[in-house]
Amino acid sequence: MASVSIDSIHKNYGATSVLRGVSLSIADGEFLTLLGPSGCGKSTLLRILAGLEVQDAGSLSIGERAVDNLRPKCRDVAMVFQSYALYPHMTVASNMGLPLRMRRLSTFERLPLLGRLLPGTARIAAEIDAEVTRTAKSLGIGHLLARKPGQLSGGQRQRVAVGRAMVRHPAVFLMDEPLSNLDAKLRVQMRAEIKELHQRLGVTFVYVTHDQAEAMTLSDRVAVMLDGELLQVAPPQEIYADPDDRRVAEFIGSPKINMLDGVVRERGLIDVAGSTLAIGADALAGAHLTLGIRPEAFHLAERGGQGALTGSVRMIEHMGSDLFVHLDLAGGDHPLIARLLAERAPHVVPGQTLHVGVGPDRVLLFDHDGRRLRQEVESGRASVTPIREVAR
Amino acid sequence: MSINMHPNRLLQPSAIVRHAVLLTTGALILVPFVWMVSLSLKPPGEIFRASFSFWPTQFYGVENYTKALTEAPLPRYMGNGLIVCALILGLQILVCAPCAYALAKLRFPGRDLLFAMVLIGLLLPHQVLSLPLFVLGYQLGILNTYAALIFPYVVSPFGIFLFRQFFKTIPDDVVHAARLDGLSEIAIVWKIMVPMALPALAAFSIFSVVGHWNDLFWPLIAVRDESLMPPPLGIMAFKSEESGNDYGPLMAASTLIVLPLVVAFLAAQKWFVEGMTGGAVK
Repeated sequence: MASVSIDSIHKNYGATSVLRGVSLSIADGEFLTLLGPSGCGKSTLLRILAGLEVQDAGSLSIGERAVDNLRPKCRDVAMVFQSYALYPHMTVASNMGLPLRMRRLSTFERLPLLGRLLPGTARIAAEIDAEVTRTAKSLGIGHLLARKPGQLSGGQRQRVAVGRAMVRHPAVFLMDEPLSNLDAKLRVQMRAEIKELHQRLGVTFVYVTHDQAEAMTLSDRVAVMLDGELLQVAPPQEIYADPDDRRVAEFIGSPKINMLDGVVRERGLIDVAGSTLAIGADALAGAHLTLGIRPEAFHLAERGGQGALTGSVRMIEHMGSDLFVHLDLAGGDHPLIARLLAERAPHVVPGQTLHVGVGPDRVLLFDHDGRRLRQEVESGRASVTPIREVAR
Repeated sequence: MSINMHPNRLLQPSAIVRHAVLLTTGALILVPFVWMVSLSLKPPGEIFRASFSFWPTQFYGVENYTKALTEAPLPRYMGNGLIVCALILGLQILVCAPCAYALAKLRFPGRDLLFAMVLIGLLLPHQVLSLPLFVLGYQLGILNTYAALIFPYVVSPFGIFLFRQFFKTIPDDVVHAARLDGLSEIAIVWKIMVPMALPALAAFSIFSVVGHWNDLFWPLIAVRDESLMPPPLGIMAFKSEESGNDYGPLMAASTLIVLPLVVAFLAAQKWFVEGMTGGAVK
């Protein structure tokens, strides 16, 4: 068990800067997910944490111990790889037992034939076998111990990879997109199993993924990464409902958040796509803003004008309980997706003109740099302050 | 299925020409061997007869083979060949696998330059180096010993190249996993990389053993003592000293020398092809 502290890590590959001063502290027993599109540096950060790559600047500690100069095997971390990285020439039992053999047996005791003759080797080997069997059984792969990885299905290989990491009882589990090679159904199942595993073991997990569903369902906190920088580190619901940055808002959520350009008309009113919304945007008359509105923030409105947007229905996607209604807004070429309850909007047809309303508190405002502008509602007066300045 | 759909596929002119060319080439390569086996079964009179036949009219195989095995120390030559080839192969793998691992999976300054030097080493014909090697052997005082037959081949650029190419196809994640599991770099080579590269190992072993079993040039320079001679050199000695124009026993000896290689190749054929094409489609 250990906390992890990452302090302004920099990493360059040649002229490309992959990590630019990433700092993060992870609590003992926390499940933290590094979420970001491919190439954002999240896997590199994980490999640096494991000691498989060396950072150009910055420092790391695991459980109060600086690990910058420690080799991977001394860091007390275990890793599950996207490709599983099982040893194809070894059986499942040997794959899972190898980390224990390397740690508990000396070089001489590991010699193929001679080692068995040394006193104590047999006892330690039997202990290792017992632990491997116990771990394998807890993962439901006890009957596969004699097989080789090539004879296993994707899900079984994934379990072996997890088992190889588990058997050592590491202080920190590192997982690099462990589910991305599985089919959709198995992925959901394994996701639940990983969550359960974390609750059972109670150790620190650092999980890398580009799949927001995995990040949202598994994590205690999500760290959203883009272009080698951490944009926001927060619990999943906060990342979704209260993003600090336009890029975070756009990355999280499916269907994607609607981004509409608006101009502040006067205090408390913003013109957007031919309509006017009553949103507290203080003292910035004439300023251009971006309004982020989640599809489910919309509701059907009686008429257009103040507080509602008007558009013609381009396409409807039926999702069972919900409808995804694609609208072309009247005042410009803004496409828009609204997620409406199917029972509330039974008669919507393509080509129809539709009014959708949105509550002011459901609108996220971003400045032209993509930074979030918080709406501060105090004593009936709304004001907007850049979030970064509030933080200072 | 496809054969049923194209019943005359093998009778199309292009197919006939293609197979004719392949059969002719195959025959050209095979004929000397068949001729060698045929001669080894014939009595001296029949070998120089003007008329041509594959089968001996008088079967003289027992006499020829007995003579080959008794008049020259053929078993001794083959034993020498075995010792030399086994030691060369063992040492080559011992040297090449770690080198190839370093070139394939480790990042260090000068790696690409070193690999370029390996490629240059691959281009140099061995004969070019024979004189410096002879002088080196003389300085070391190992001429006319097994060591003289072995030392020039211990570092094989071809082996390094072949293993490096194969190791490259093994995902980095496997190496990373091994490091996290606590294996040292040397342990990764022998416990993970080499077992995963068995097809390449088999292909390389065949190349190495065939090459050094059949080598005549360097043994001719390196050893004089008949008790150290590998098979081809032994045969040469056998031809000039013992038998003169006695081609029957000579061919019998040649057949016996080629035989282990043919058997070994047939046994390892599957792996050999896999090793040569492995990684090509990954």
